[in-house]
Amino acid sequence: MRRVLAGMRWYLRAVTGEARYDEHVAACRRNGVTPLSRRAFERHRAHLREHRTSSRCC
Amino acid sequence: MSGPSTTLPAPPVAPPGAPRWRSTLIWILVALLGGVSWAVLALARGEDVSALWILFAALCTYAIAYRFYARWIARRVLEVDDSRATPAERLADGVDFEVTDRRVLFGHHFAAIAGAGPLVGPVLAAQMGYLPGTIWIIVGVVLAGAVQDMVVLLFSVRRDGTSLGQMIRREIGVVGGTAALVAVFAIMVILLAVLALVVVNALAESPWGVFSIGLTIPIALFMGLYLRVLRPGRVLETTALGVVLLLAAIVGGGYVEQLGLEGPLTLSKETLTLLLVGYGFLASVLPVWMLLTPRDYLSTFMKVGVIALLAVALLVAHPSLQADAVTPFATAGNGPVFAGKLFPFAFITIACGALSGFHALIASGTTPKMLAKEGQVRMIGYGGMLLESFVAIGALIAACVIDQGLYFSLNSPVGLTGGTVDQAAQFVAGLGYPISPDQLAAAARAVEEQTLISRTGGAPTLAVGLSQVFSSAFGGGLAAFWYHFAIMFEALFILTAVDAGTRVGRFMLQDTVGNVWPRFGDVTWRPAAWTASAAVVGAWGYMLYVGVSDPLGGINQLYPLFGISNQLLAAIALTLCVTLLVKHGRARYTWVPGVPLAWDLVVTLTASWQKVFSADPAIGYFAQADKYRTARDAGQLLAPAKTVDDLDVVIRNSVTNGVIQAVFAVLVLLVVANAAVVVVRGLRAGGLPTTEVPAVPSRIVAPADFVATPAERAALAAREAEQRPPAASGAGSPR
Repeated sequence: MRRVLAGMRWYLRAVTGEARYDEHVAACRRNGVTPLSRRAFERHRAHLREHRTSSRCC
Repeated sequence: MSGPSTTLPAPPVAPPGAPRWRSTLIWILVALLGGVSWAVLALARGEDVSALWILFAALCTYAIAYRFYARWIARRVLEVDDSRATPAERLADGVDFEVTDRRVLFGHHFAAIAGAGPLVGPVLAAQMGYLPGTIWIIVGVVLAGAVQDMVVLLFSVRRDGTSLGQMIRREIGVVGGTAALVAVFAIMVILLAVLALVVVNALAESPWGVFSIGLTIPIALFMGLYLRVLRPGRVLETTALGVVLLLAAIVGGGYVEQLGLEGPLTLSKETLTLLLVGYGFLASVLPVWMLLTPRDYLSTFMKVGVIALLAVALLVAHPSLQADAVTPFATAGNGPVFAGKLFPFAFITIACGALSGFHALIASGTTPKMLAKEGQVRMIGYGGMLLESFVAIGALIAACVIDQGLYFSLNSPVGLTGGTVDQAAQFVAGLGYPISPDQLAAAARAVEEQTLISRTGGAPTLAVGLSQVFSSAFGGGLAAFWYHFAIMFEALFILTAVDAGTRVGRFMLQDTVGNVWPRFGDVTWRPAAWTASAAVVGAWGYMLYVGVSDPLGGINQLYPLFGISNQLLAAIALTLCVTLLVKHGRARYTWVPGVPLAWDLVVTLTASWQKVFSADPAIGYFAQADKYRTARDAGQLLAPAKTVDDLDVVIRNSVTNGVIQAVFAVLVLLVVANAAVVVVRGLRAGGLPTTEVPAVPSRIVAPADFVATPAERAALAAREAEQRPPAASGAGSPR
């Protein structure tokens, strides 16, 4: 049961992109770089999204 | 980056002992259950048939097709090769190209392909009975729709994720490429107009609906601000808040009368059209974080939630089908919901869910840039489409379990039902589906709507059906809540599609004009963004107005145009698939996309021909215009027109629709003719050079299917052990 819940939590965080910041922090730590603040990171993602289209179909 | 290229060991061909016979036994049982379900559906007449048979027929057929046919296509026809690095791996930039977990990508891909389309088409097609729709949705998806999605996805992956239009230009020719580009843009305009029309029809004269849908805008704005300012990146928390507010908005709608808002929120179709056009424009020019992104979270959450809820509710309620297996309208072609016979019109009315050309744009858009392994095209492309097909099956069931007198009262244009319960009851009784005026009034009261007469567009019908299924499954006398919940769910999808579609159209337009005037191509340059948005909104807004103002009924006039254009786009995509297989020297497998292509061309071109040239004014747009022109010239009024102006509207609309229809068919024929030249050359030469990028060995390991096989797990574990020094560990994904 706990495994199922953990799996669901992992999936929801991954699908919504909520986990992206954690990945960024982990990647920075691996490379010895200071990570962006969460706010700056999300601003950056929103900025990228501005230049892309997300298709939604019929 | 160095190190040996790692590929998965081939899955064991014959796992020893027990598992093999067990799996054989399971597949035999699945085949048996599927076979029995199909037999019941095909043979039962006049008895009580449970809707579950449709559900089981669908699920069993999907399972078998996914396990055997899709796997065969992936291995033999496409020769997917997991040792080849995908663009996501080779070109990884963390922005466009990024290796993504297959299950996460499945979610993204499904959210992108599935919208309101599979909810509308099957509801309308139910006028021909449950059997034609069921057969076409299931057979169509297995042999055509899912095949198209998967094949286009792989071809795009092999070309660095290039778009459908670019692939056609490079692999078929400039003529075909240009025709395809124009077709895609025009088809998108029609799509947005028809979807918006569904919303307008669902919200007109429905203060409750207007109240709750209207509130989704402030809710989305609040979520946007919350995510931007208060709690950056906390998407789950924000979405949970949004959903709670959304449910509150639905419940609150039940009190519009007490709030004194009933009058101001009872809007006409014309007002709603103007509001939608203004909203579409704003959504296209506002920063995406304000409106688009939060709406998308809400609508995706609702989408998945309702589908899961419906599957559970159907199992619990197991309603019986009220519709006939096949109605007389299928052969006579005189149905009130849309005109024309089963062939070709049932097949173009149900596009999404069976074969949807629009998916080719998604399968050659973001998805190929995120795929970890070529082998995953089966799960993402084929599997994603199967799930959309399942949504269509759910919608079909919802339309077929409601009283059919009510169904036809809901879906016949007001010109036929007269708009009152008495006339409507009389009209549907004439069709052979008796229902009393009192029953019609009671049905509307039960869901707290002013009327359920001529609420065309499919959404109200679906909502009545869902409300019935949910109430009977979960009890509690919440029929009105479920009805408005369903309306909200569908409108939310559609508004998200309208937002995103307008933006996509705007980007396309800016990109095209940018070729001659580079400044205009800058998506952040306000004047360009505003002009392009206004042009796109103006285009679909005009078509929406055509639908709203048409005295003959917008849905039955415009919906065929939408269905045909969506499937004409599929014809373009399948033509590309056939051409590429020939160019790759794999001509003997061209039947895999070739058979669906041939079928699709026959269906869409027959339908286009009839819509343009039919002498029957119920079907042919020009015959219709002629009929009303003759009447106008003779100084007569012809029902349902009430004034001379109405006559002019009918004439103008019918000519517009006819011209658009003809142009679409010609564009597709251009692509096909251009492709035919390439195919003949390719067949003579036994293959031609293509733009496929050379293979680069892959260094990553990723399973191919939803559940990793033991061999894949072992390979993954080995890879992880090799990559990670013992100290490092993190929140890895559960496999």
